[in-house]
Amino acid sequence: MPPVAESALDVKGDFPIFARRFDGRPLVYLDSGSTSQKPKVVIDALAGHLRNHNANVHRGVYALAQEADAAYDSARSRVAAFTGAQPETTIFTKNVTEAINLVAYAWGRANVGPGDAVLITQMEHHANIVPWQVLCRERGAELRYLEVDERGELSLEQLDVELARGDVRLVAVTHVSNVLGTIVPVAEIAARARAAGAVSLVDGAQAVPHMAVDVEAIGADFYAWTGHKALGPMGIGVLHGRREILERMEPFLTGGDMISSVDFQSATWNELPYKFEAGTPPVAEAVGLGAAVEYLGRLGMDRVRAHERALTGYMLERLEDVPGLRVAGAPEAEARGGLASFTIEGMHPHDIAELADRGGVCIRAGHHCAQPLMSCLGVSATARASIGVYNEPGDVDALVDTLLAGREVFGL
Amino acid sequence: MDDLYRDYILDHYKQPRNFGELDPHDLEAMEHNPLCGDELGVHIRVKDDRIEDLRFHGHGCAISQASASIASEELIGMELEQVGKLGADWMIELLGIPVSATRRKCALLNLKVVRSAVTGDHAWPA
Ligand SMILES: Cc1ncc(COP(=O)(O)O)c(C=O)c1O
Repeated sequence: MPPVAESALDVKGDFPIFARRFDGRPLVYLDSGSTSQKPKVVIDALAGHLRNHNANVHRGVYALAQEADAAYDSARSRVAAFTGAQPETTIFTKNVTEAINLVAYAWGRANVGPGDAVLITQMEHHANIVPWQVLCRERGAELRYLEVDERGELSLEQLDVELARGDVRLVAVTHVSNVLGTIVPVAEIAARARAAGAVSLVDGAQAVPHMAVDVEAIGADFYAWTGHKALGPMGIGVLHGRREILERMEPFLTGGDMISSVDFQSATWNELPYKFEAGTPPVAEAVGLGAAVEYLGRLGMDRVRAHERALTGYMLERLEDVPGLRVAGAPEAEARGGLASFTIEGMHPHDIAELADRGGVCIRAGHHCAQPLMSCLGVSATARASIGVYNEPGDVDALVDTLLAGREVFGL
Repeated sequence: MDDLYRDYILDHYKQPRNFGELDPHDLEAMEHNPLCGDELGVHIRVKDDRIEDLRFHGHGCAISQASASIASEELIGMELEQVGKLGADWMIELLGIPVSATRRKCALLNLKVVRSAVTGDHAWPA
């Protein structure tokens, strides 16, 4: 049964890309976990800024430059308000990868040393693994992992055991797994980390676009996410940080805009958040992201979540119609974000995705930048269908049709 | 019939020729496809500067498994010097299907691992 009407959103028409045809077929886009499509309001905001308000920020006295400043500031305020944060502690980066690297370099190099540990989980994206590997190797610290069970869940008991060892300086976890879809109890983890004297970081790349996120309520010291998965443009990411920690930190990248004054030998740093934004920022992209969160806010994140949860439930149910198909992670939609990673016996994920494309269905195949997790799952790759606000039950039906047709091509 | 998944491709995928281990062997290598994390290894026995016998092992998509299987039948008996000179075109032509840019690495992984075993060169075949 398709999901019930009252939780369903009907917004495909807001997204111009769905007017396109591929070999006469409509676009069935089930790869929002990689990047979201963009609503017209975002495209218009981006183009409108470049067309009407473009000037460099922070420096100009003329009216046009003041407009650019105002647009950039107002984008930051909107983005901060969307996630329950303050503008001064909301730093624009290039993406979530850069946001995590900012913490690894600017906080990590000063606070993690020999004998210390960084604790992450087996289901992190490479963006939340490799910066810590590099940090730990450089500083003589240890990188340890919380295990993930077959349901895709972490054990809070194991967290307590790890924290009780007394050497953990940082706990970095994903909010929603990009492979298993697991919704991680990040507020609980942040609270336990804090009680044990550890700093916490949450990778919210797969959470912010799909559910109401209040960084204040979650209480992590750092919360990072990426604009392009949240209906915004590529090239803009966000790091929310705890003020006391950001104030004590040295900058990450240095140069223009992030200084207060510079003499021949030294410089002093600008106030928050500018201390962490060296060089000319991506102003139009920030404006685009501002429009994206405004759009999502208008839809209402609880409705977005309800829509996607219902559709995920429908997808999990429909995927059972495909013989030999196995979904990784928890079987219920309540416990997961809007995605399903799966394998089909006798077909490699690459071939599954290639054959899905024959039916105009976009899904991803590969290790999803989570190779350590893949080895835990005992596979080298999976196929992944992921949902966005614009998806409808018909998209799921199209997916299932192509999977069944694909099995036929393979003589299964 | 599908352009890519022709009968002979699926046949080689389902019953890959010259797959398994070869012991003893003189040369070996293991390479992976960064796109999907798939790994392919090779064992090679050499006699008189030729590949006397060869076995691939590992798992992958239909394109990568079929490419390895098809290539194996050509590679056995080939002079090592000639193996070192094989390029991407050789493999793509041998495969006989239109390979998109994203799937190219799937098709070339077997040649990469064989060249790596024979010449020590880890580069993707050009
Ligand atoms: C959980 C998670 N973290 C990090 C990233 C990296 O995002 P970006 O490439 O925008 O930095 C992604 C997306 O690929 C993700 O799903």
